[in-house]
Amino acid sequence: MQAVQFDQYDPGDFYDELFAAKGQPRDEAKLLIERLRSLSMQEIQQRQKVAQNTLFKMGVTFNVYSDNQGTERIWPFDIIPRIVAAQEWAELEKGLKQRITALNLFLDDIYGDQKIIKDGIIPGELIESATGFLKSCIGLKPPQGIWCHITGTDLVRDRDGRWYVLEDNLRCPSGVSYVLENRRVMKSTFPQVFSTLNIQPVDDYASKLLETLLNLAPSGLPGPTVVLLTPGVYNSAYFEHSFLAQQMGVELVQGKDLVVADGYLKMKTTKGLKRVDVVYRRIDDEFIDPLAFRSDSMLGVPGLMEVYRAGRVAIANAPGTGVADDKVIYAYVPEMIRYYLGEDQLLANVPTYLCWEPSQQQYVLDNLDKLVVKAADESGGYGMLVGPHATEAERVDFAGRIAANPRKYIAQPTLCLSRVPTLLDDEVCGCHVDLRPYILNGKDIHVSPGGLTRVALRRGSLVVNSSQGGGSKDTWVIADQDESQSQSQN
Amino acid sequence: MLSRVADSIYWLNRYVERAENVARFIDVNLNLLLDNPLGIRQQWRPLIITTGDLQEFEKRYGEATAENVIQFLTFDDQYPNSIASCLRAARENARSVREIISSEMWEQVNSFHLMVQDVSKAKSLADLSSFFAEVKMASHLFSGVMDATMSHNEGWHFGQVGRLLERADKTARILDVKYFILLPSIHDVGTTLDELQWIALLKSASAYEMYRKRQQRINPREVAEFLILDRQFPRSIQFCLIQAERSLHHITGYPADTWRNSSERALGKLRSELDYLTMDEIMEKGLHEFLDNLQSHINQVGDRIFETFFDLEPVS
Repeated sequence: MQAVQFDQYDPGDFYDELFAAKGQPRDEAKLLIERLRSLSMQEIQQRQKVAQNTLFKMGVTFNVYSDNQGTERIWPFDIIPRIVAAQEWAELEKGLKQRITALNLFLDDIYGDQKIIKDGIIPGELIESATGFLKSCIGLKPPQGIWCHITGTDLVRDRDGRWYVLEDNLRCPSGVSYVLENRRVMKSTFPQVFSTLNIQPVDDYASKLLETLLNLAPSGLPGPTVVLLTPGVYNSAYFEHSFLAQQMGVELVQGKDLVVADGYLKMKTTKGLKRVDVVYRRIDDEFIDPLAFRSDSMLGVPGLMEVYRAGRVAIANAPGTGVADDKVIYAYVPEMIRYYLGEDQLLANVPTYLCWEPSQQQYVLDNLDKLVVKAADESGGYGMLVGPHATEAERVDFAGRIAANPRKYIAQPTLCLSRVPTLLDDEVCGCHVDLRPYILNGKDIHVSPGGLTRVALRRGSLVVNSSQGGGSKDTWVIADQDESQSQSQN
Repeated sequence: MLSRVADSIYWLNRYVERAENVARFIDVNLNLLLDNPLGIRQQWRPLIITTGDLQEFEKRYGEATAENVIQFLTFDDQYPNSIASCLRAARENARSVREIISSEMWEQVNSFHLMVQDVSKAKSLADLSSFFAEVKMASHLFSGVMDATMSHNEGWHFGQVGRLLERADKTARILDVKYFILLPSIHDVGTTLDELQWIALLKSASAYEMYRKRQQRINPREVAEFLILDRQFPRSIQFCLIQAERSLHHITGYPADTWRNSSERALGKLRSELDYLTMDEIMEKGLHEFLDNLQSHINQVGDRIFETFFDLEPVS
């Protein structure tokens, strides 16, 4: 049986995460590639199959909404991992911490004194017109001044190898359960590789998350009660909600399990009502309290915001963080970093053209065939125009939309996402990836090493979303080989 | 423990037990028919009568042929108590408490559901009794897995209560089938055919061998006594009530033979009534009337449990 042809693997015109040039693995990937080379294609396929089966048996699935049977499907998993060198990771980590610190100060400011508006850095009307901005949160002081406790920042790497922040995802980022389960599967798939390489562990995520949540409970309260609030079994991320609750040992609750009584949030138990102190909610702002926001919401708890306002329950992430997910606000993050921290940004934004500014709008309209246009209040690939791949009619349509509602649109140059060798049928091909690290903001800021690597499993496709043929890979943060060898000799 | 979670574990167990008993139900009738050498008219209608869902059946199917009744009770997606519907409901309940139950339990209920779905899609009724045997075994497997892999904590006891109340109710109904079958041919009482029918009935409750060890002669009165009042046979009504009451007191932590809430009172009262009941008294009242009454009391216990533990509303 023929060994896998990594000698012939050619990154071509793309930035490849594992290969510097044709047949030449990067330093941090050398050991892995050596190991893979020693296996035949059949063996690799066999391991891939075993890994997929294990994930299915563990129930690592997501729901498909269109399917009325409510079937859960497994998210395709590729066993060739993505590797980030430890030094490079250290830089990313610094950049992410800086960004979260600034974003948190921003949230505290705009729901407080609004100095950044008064000082003319960001126009007030942009904040007020942002979909995620909640007037009812003005004046609130969440515990320890923390607004965004759990963040899943989307990063991409362009053709030149430079990292960019694509989205901040300050609301309810999902996917971390795949990071933990993928790692578990990889350990049993390549045990030898794990014992020789210095791969930074991720298993402490659930403990760190629990710490972050406990940090929000009123001080001096013995044994505070933390719950995870899920929309229920039909939500696409239900597996993750159930998994995290189990790993942390906290109750997984639905809106109907909770009630406001005597001014406190309580859950209905078989022994009566029991007070809840911290809510890790996986429900969007507008659904958490039908009295405060959408009155048709069946998922939330009537009166929750009132209890929150009175400081009698903590909510993570705090209601109102969605304002910073608005893509127009995103464009101002470099300014926020300068304004609040007096520093230059360490992690770049994707250059963003704001259509509400007439000169930038003109540029966008003139270059629609080169740009990606996105709706400011949408994510996950919805409401966007990929200029180079769009038809003339689609471009005309978007030009009309931009002119009619310039505040709603931004435009960015098209990036060429980096690639990682990936198993497609019986071939190893370069497939495009992104990276979502998870950041916990509690007593200090913790970035889980690695994160979720999503991979586009259709040849040439740039779409990494699970609903559109995307899959995932394990992400290894690894010290380079010389270093790890000298460590193992010591 | 969250009320919703307790409710889900309770119903998960009730639905699995219900599916098993529907299988037993149909099986007893199939057995009876096989033992009908005299070519007595097939009787499937009584089965539907004892489910209490005759109206729904007649509206949708009309005549109670073997095929119709089996389709209705086994695979009908729209009938909430069919085996297929029970399994779907059991699985949905299990899914909503996956972080509480053991993963082995989840896997078992999931593969149970898939097995029924597969047979349902194949629509092959050729080998019915082996299918019903499989359903029974899968249900036993589930309760065994639950017993051996889940902590015997509050949630587990809620599961027990659900399973045992369901079983008590269904044993009453299985016994009742015989009553309806007997009706049109009262002159058969005491004949060979009659004895064969009682044997088939015992077998459908997996009670035949255990009954023989205790009683030997097949005697209608003794069979009824065994299935209603025996304190050791795990499918007898009194056994189920005793065990369910034990679990209920584990949950509340309140001493046995006392009560603090309406569910303890309702179940304790029913159980202690049976403690001192004789077959003479039951026969005097009429077996069918007794069973009917018992079923409605068991339903009331279920209602009280719902009010006490699951349907919590804050005092406002």
